[in-house]
Amino acid sequence: MTENAADTATGEMTTGETSAAKVTESGDKSGAIADFGIDTTSQSTGEALKDYLSRVRGGELGSLPALLGLLVLLIVFSSLSDTFLTLGNISNLLAQGAGRTIIAMGLVFVLLLGEIDLSAGTASGVAASVMALHLVEGGNLLGGMGNVVFIIFCVLLAIAIALAALLRIWPGVALSGVALLICVLGVPANPWVEMLLALCVGTAIGCITGYLVAKVGIPSFVVTLALFLAWGGVILQFIGDGGTLGLNNEVLFKVANGNLSTVSSWGLFVLAAGGYAAVVLGRHFGRLRRGLVAQPTALVAIKVGAVVLFSAVATYLLTVNRSASTLVQISGVPYVVPIVLALLTAGTLVLDRTRYGRHIYAVGGNAEAARRAGINVAKIRMSVFVIASSVAALGAIVYSSKVGSVDPNAGGGNTLLFAVGAAVIGGTSLFGGKGRVSNAVIGGAVLATIENGLGLLKQPAAVVAIVTGLVLLLAATVDALSRRRAAVAKR
Amino acid sequence: MSEPILELRGINKSFGPVHVLHDVDFAVHPGEVTALVGDNGAGKSTLVKSIAGIHPIDSGQVLFNGEEVHIHGPREAADLGIEVVYQDLALCDNLDIVQNMFLGRERGKLGLLDEADMEQAARKTLASLSVRTVKSVRTQVSSLSGGQRQTVAIAKSVLWDSKVVLLDEPTAALGVAQTRQVLDLVRRLAEQGLGVVLISHNMNDVFEVSDRIACLYLGRMAAELPTKDVTHGQVVELITAGRSGDLGIARPENATV
Repeated sequence: MTENAADTATGEMTTGETSAAKVTESGDKSGAIADFGIDTTSQSTGEALKDYLSRVRGGELGSLPALLGLLVLLIVFSSLSDTFLTLGNISNLLAQGAGRTIIAMGLVFVLLLGEIDLSAGTASGVAASVMALHLVEGGNLLGGMGNVVFIIFCVLLAIAIALAALLRIWPGVALSGVALLICVLGVPANPWVEMLLALCVGTAIGCITGYLVAKVGIPSFVVTLALFLAWGGVILQFIGDGGTLGLNNEVLFKVANGNLSTVSSWGLFVLAAGGYAAVVLGRHFGRLRRGLVAQPTALVAIKVGAVVLFSAVATYLLTVNRSASTLVQISGVPYVVPIVLALLTAGTLVLDRTRYGRHIYAVGGNAEAARRAGINVAKIRMSVFVIASSVAALGAIVYSSKVGSVDPNAGGGNTLLFAVGAAVIGGTSLFGGKGRVSNAVIGGAVLATIENGLGLLKQPAAVVAIVTGLVLLLAATVDALSRRRAAVAKR
Repeated sequence: MSEPILELRGINKSFGPVHVLHDVDFAVHPGEVTALVGDNGAGKSTLVKSIAGIHPIDSGQVLFNGEEVHIHGPREAADLGIEVVYQDLALCDNLDIVQNMFLGRERGKLGLLDEADMEQAARKTLASLSVRTVKSVRTQVSSLSGGQRQTVAIAKSVLWDSKVVLLDEPTAALGVAQTRQVLDLVRRLAEQGLGVVLISHNMNDVFEVSDRIACLYLGRMAAELPTKDVTHGQVVELITAGRSGDLGIARPENATV
């Protein structure tokens, strides 16, 4: 057994040495640091493509299967249904999927640690119901909840502040504190205050969940399963059996149903596409300047050009009038697009470019190695739950706005499982350490497309549920197989 | 001979009723490889973990650069410049070489990472150690061979300007060629002026790279000698019996754990 291992190790070594020899050769030619010749040369387009293909074959699929799946779905639905590819339906699809997609974006952080947050759905429901209650009661939460419930609610918020302070998660302390202040001071109803309150309640819930997982050490599955049930009850308590709280407010209604004006739509295009191009090109030329390995400039330019072109076309189409009747005009990019883009940018920035994001990946990959490197593993573990619940609360604002009311089922049922499904379909691994925020967006788009497309084809809910389930199963299979492939290919 | 960079005097350590280290004296000199040998259960790992601050010592003195220090945790040991490369390596598979080398000590401003700077520093370090087997410093650690992983773990300690590097059985799971590479690397570490401690069961490795050999026998320092003054057979006797001719403990038969 040991001998075998030694043998394979030696075998590997020989190949290692051959490639090393090659490296040295090319290094000598370029005249830079000899040992990393390949690192210092700019790749040709062919090499870059070959590199990418070999990585895909090695099991690093990323979002590729989801993107291909999305493409297939778009082709199938647009050929089967006349209405699918209409502008009205596309913008409707965006708004439909947004709430869930946002919850999934927050969940990616938890999944990166190999943990799960089953309570994110009902937690978002709690945030939504507090928001609706605050609006309906004109800021008087005490009156809306009743004395006992209100006191318990405030005590829980205070506990959340204390727990966040214990692990020195200051944003958690600050936002939970804001929630407590809004409740105790009885700040009058105002749509912006309501949205802030929802976010802060989400943060406070995340502090409690995170502490139970990270410090008390209960498996996240159990903690969040228990809280999933508990928060469901809390929503029922807040809203009342069979009740519904309407969100009769212009601003809150517009979050998921409003559109940017034509001018601001193009403004968004300039900001988003321009920002993307600036960041990608800036990094590319920065690397070239410092003599680091970089993708070929032509390839980067094509990539940036494609994104800019795509967003320009999308912006143009969304600014065309898409109203079915001639009486009203509906045009402009839906508000949910900049909301999702902003969260996507922020999440990607945090995960890819900050020390905190790097530590999340490290803890997800090997918690023991992270601990020895001096990373506060408990703090990281708690913080991801805070992020997941806070972002889920933002998702709650969007989905409540879409419906225009909050009922006792808010965030219950399939909401959470759809969100987890979105992240996994997009390529985030349930085993931890692998995933990006963009995965959630792509996966969310796949799920929204399935639901929307099958709905247009007049399929019953049964079919929609079955197809969605099978797609998720397929995505999980792809993840497991690519993992096995990676293990075989590399060791 | 140079002054020791790290010196232990009369270290004692017990785990409950088990007295693992008895009055152990041990010195690490800069620019030298000191091999720490001993049979299983002789206390090698305990000694290393005591130095690294994982196990607090019961009594005895630790001198670093001639001054007495008290190490209370891995972080404090790292701050002094003592790095331990553990047998299980503890690298994050999902991160690349640069990310692993800088883990926990990333460079950058305001929490934002300076990737280019880290990449250049990592490359420089690997190049200074003449590491030739990795194609790119952006390779994920999961796709590296055992020897390459060991190399990354060791290079990490060089990157951080460590003064003392403790290597716990770095060649235990490696093939012939990989062992060769790691041993070369150990030698180069010493040439760069670091004090290197090599724990190994493999006598060939020990005689090949070490300048001094320290032999533990049942928690006692049986002998600490220049490698050129002892033979293969003598060291084996010291490990197994605690005594070889004039060398070793006076009455090893009385030694108990």
